[in-house]
Amino acid sequence: MSAVDVVSPSAIAEQILELVRSKDPNAAAEVTVRTGTAALTRFANSFIHQNVAEEICSVLLRVARDGRVAIAALDAPPAGDALERLVDGTLEAARVRPVDPDWPGLAAPAPVRHVEHWDDATGDAPPAERVSRVRAFVDAAGGLETAGYCSTEGATVAFANSAGQHLAGRTTRAFLQGIARTGSSDGSGRAGAVALSAIDGGAAGKVAGRKAQDAADPTDLEPGRYEVVLEPDAVADLLDFLFVYGFNGRAVEENRSFVRLGEAQFDRSISLREDVTDPDQVGVPFDAEGTPKRRIDVVRGGVTSAVLHDRRTAAKAGAESTGNAVAGAGGWGALPENVVLEAGDRSLDELIAAVPRGLLVTAFHYTRILDPRTTVVTGLTRNGVWLIEDGRVVRPVKNLRFTQAYVEALAPGAVLGVGRERVLLPGDFADGASLVPPLRLASWNFTGGARG
Amino acid sequence: MDDLASAAVEAALNAGARYADARAMESRSESIAARNGVVESLDRTERTGIGVRALIGSSWGFFAVPDASPAAARRAGERAAEIARASTAVAGPPLELAPVPPQRGSWKSHCEEDPWDVPMDEKAALLEGVTRTMQEHGADIAEASSRAWDTRKWLVTSEGTHVDQRIVECGAAMSATAVGERETQRRSYPGIRGQYGTRGWELVRELDLPANAARIAEEARQLLSADPCPALDATTLILGSEQMALQIHESVGHAVELDRILGWEAAYAGTSWLDLAQMGSLRFGSELMNITADATLPGALGSFGYDDEGTPAHPVDIVRDGVWVGVLSGRDSAALAGIPAGGAVRGDGFNRIPMVRMTNVGLLPGDGSLDEMIETTDDGILMDTNRSWSIDDKRLNFQFGCELGWEIKGGRRTRLLKNPTYTGISPRFWGSMDMIGNRAEWTFWGTPNCGKGQPGQVGHTGHPAVPARFQGIRVGVRG
Repeated sequence: MSAVDVVSPSAIAEQILELVRSKDPNAAAEVTVRTGTAALTRFANSFIHQNVAEEICSVLLRVARDGRVAIAALDAPPAGDALERLVDGTLEAARVRPVDPDWPGLAAPAPVRHVEHWDDATGDAPPAERVSRVRAFVDAAGGLETAGYCSTEGATVAFANSAGQHLAGRTTRAFLQGIARTGSSDGSGRAGAVALSAIDGGAAGKVAGRKAQDAADPTDLEPGRYEVVLEPDAVADLLDFLFVYGFNGRAVEENRSFVRLGEAQFDRSISLREDVTDPDQVGVPFDAEGTPKRRIDVVRGGVTSAVLHDRRTAAKAGAESTGNAVAGAGGWGALPENVVLEAGDRSLDELIAAVPRGLLVTAFHYTRILDPRTTVVTGLTRNGVWLIEDGRVVRPVKNLRFTQAYVEALAPGAVLGVGRERVLLPGDFADGASLVPPLRLASWNFTGGARG
Repeated sequence: MDDLASAAVEAALNAGARYADARAMESRSESIAARNGVVESLDRTERTGIGVRALIGSSWGFFAVPDASPAAARRAGERAAEIARASTAVAGPPLELAPVPPQRGSWKSHCEEDPWDVPMDEKAALLEGVTRTMQEHGADIAEASSRAWDTRKWLVTSEGTHVDQRIVECGAAMSATAVGERETQRRSYPGIRGQYGTRGWELVRELDLPANAARIAEEARQLLSADPCPALDATTLILGSEQMALQIHESVGHAVELDRILGWEAAYAGTSWLDLAQMGSLRFGSELMNITADATLPGALGSFGYDDEGTPAHPVDIVRDGVWVGVLSGRDSAALAGIPAGGAVRGDGFNRIPMVRMTNVGLLPGDGSLDEMIETTDDGILMDTNRSWSIDDKRLNFQFGCELGWEIKGGRRTRLLKNPTYTGISPRFWGSMDMIGNRAEWTFWGTPNCGKGQPGQVGHTGHPAVPARFQGIRVGVRG
């Protein structure tokens, strides 16, 4: 039994609030306590080379006194001296720092919708459960060399603040992502779910093996603009940039965002939301400031309809927080944890079949922003690219570098099809994940071969 | 804490491990960020815990607990062994760790002014003051930050190593962003990631942020109306030392990580274009290219006394006279490659397994100078301060962008250029290097945010760099 099993996260949070109250009755305070386990089994060259697990017990305390705000985190047993030090240190830091004129205050008590993405067996999955799925992936890859990981996480999160907001939630998530390798190509397979039991290592390995074989011996392709079918990994990357640099209250406030609310900035087939309530998503239904999460449609039928806020950016915009404060986000502002792109009605094969000439792209790699305002991004393709001619995949091509304005890629008329199969992929922020289908896009700007 | 780590190792051995090591750690960190005249965040973190590695057969297990009690240490040791045993179901080839004699000792980084002794109001006044100055000189968004880390760790191995270290790291950054009609332009000082080292607050004082705040704000605004970098298939490119640090980090440092070369990062960060069979003979760059990985450089961000396997810090030649001669390695990867342990394994906190990380991977200086490079360039572009970075999964094809560029004509800077980018293939690019800066221009750049591994780890790396000149480079790639 670990130390964190003894006391519930909610009780720890209340204990810390009480401690703050006893030392400084005038201080406003909020506490997030997170306990649980995280484990990840990693394989390469078809064997397990890393297999890690950890107990998690973290406390995040924010106190404010007359607009003087300080935050402190503790990764240690939340008891005795450590809590005293945490509270004393945070109060002291708040006393000596300057007033923050934009401090928005604490979240008021508000009901949270019951959302629980949880599976008992996943939170405490023993290492053998992950290892067996890795074994199945390796065995199903047709004798090819394989690499990847299988992970499980279970977290219980409690939030309490001195304004009277008290919340608790829990979530699990499991992912298996891997590649099979031929020497000239890589192919990927993956699965993600709330429950590890839903992860079929063999099925993912079989897909990776087939895709690697199909991608073998690629040839060069002249760079230029091509129609593309983006598989979900690539779509998730595209959407992440739009959220961070566009649908972000801070970026809008500072005039750095492409967003123009109410305008048809996207193709009518695009409906994009942040939505922890989707039954296929993961996460807890409140954010780091204790704001309940709800479904936020940022694009509805191609029309930009909302941006994400934390309490600070919401106050400046005269809006309400959307529940997208992420601990440690710093100057980034509100970030998405549950990206959902509305599915369409086409299978991946049907999307491909409609392409006269273009490329099927599995994933992007090392994408970086070049211009935040226009969301021009450069990066490379990865894990398989194929030339499509007359609706048929005709040959694999070598990886390509692209330099593309992401928002333009989804502009009115630019989206030629939306897939119907959504895939859950690990998100970039906090407990998040992206739930996205493949897309067929009219144009993507490939600027060079990966080998020059 | 040494006793605690010893108990964890003993528990792992009792549970069947043939080798085990444990790191007990206490750390604290502080981050202060100001924006447009206001300190927006003041974050402090305190962490205590222990992480244990256990080896059964050729399979590793790792378990970490945020707890420094003897019971937790024993539990971590037992669980690490349990995980290692599970791993044997998908085991790799036989493994013997590269030998390192058992170490006993302590090491402490040099710190003149403890960052925790500097009054909070002084730090806040500095950061708020420079952001106000930047705003007064044209910045729409002015940001400044300081960060400090204080890490104590005790390493015990089942081979008899007992070492402890205290490493204080510190640094600061600031940037000015100007927002135009259709774009934003940003200037940073002293670099996009600031500047950090295994030093105290004296480093922040030396940076002299106030003296540079107005300048970068004005430059950011000037960039809005500057001409764009022309698109040229081949030109002479001069890079300032900050961009050279990024160039070294991405195209050399990651490429020579032995875990990548061995394929251990294939599914995530990627592999490397380098083939071990060619180490010692492959030409990586021109004869001016001499790269070392040296964890002993005083004050550099990648310095330490021992790595997280207990290997004493020592310099390793990576590229000598343009020829690839060395790698960054740990005891397991070095054994598989048949080379001595490189002492380049570190974990991001007690709860992350130690893995191959850059130490101070840097370019040794030559006898040129930035002024001389410009004076002897008839037609070219000078770029500095990293803005974007993207490189393929073999660390071969890169496209990097800088915050600003200068057109060079007839040996002189002529016009300011915005959105400069350049692209290349690593050995071809490094092979075209025909001038490098001198020892007076040698700067130990610190990168505090090197991401690697799953679960993700953030590494602190150092990159000694000088300005350099390259020939025949493609620039100005646009979307």
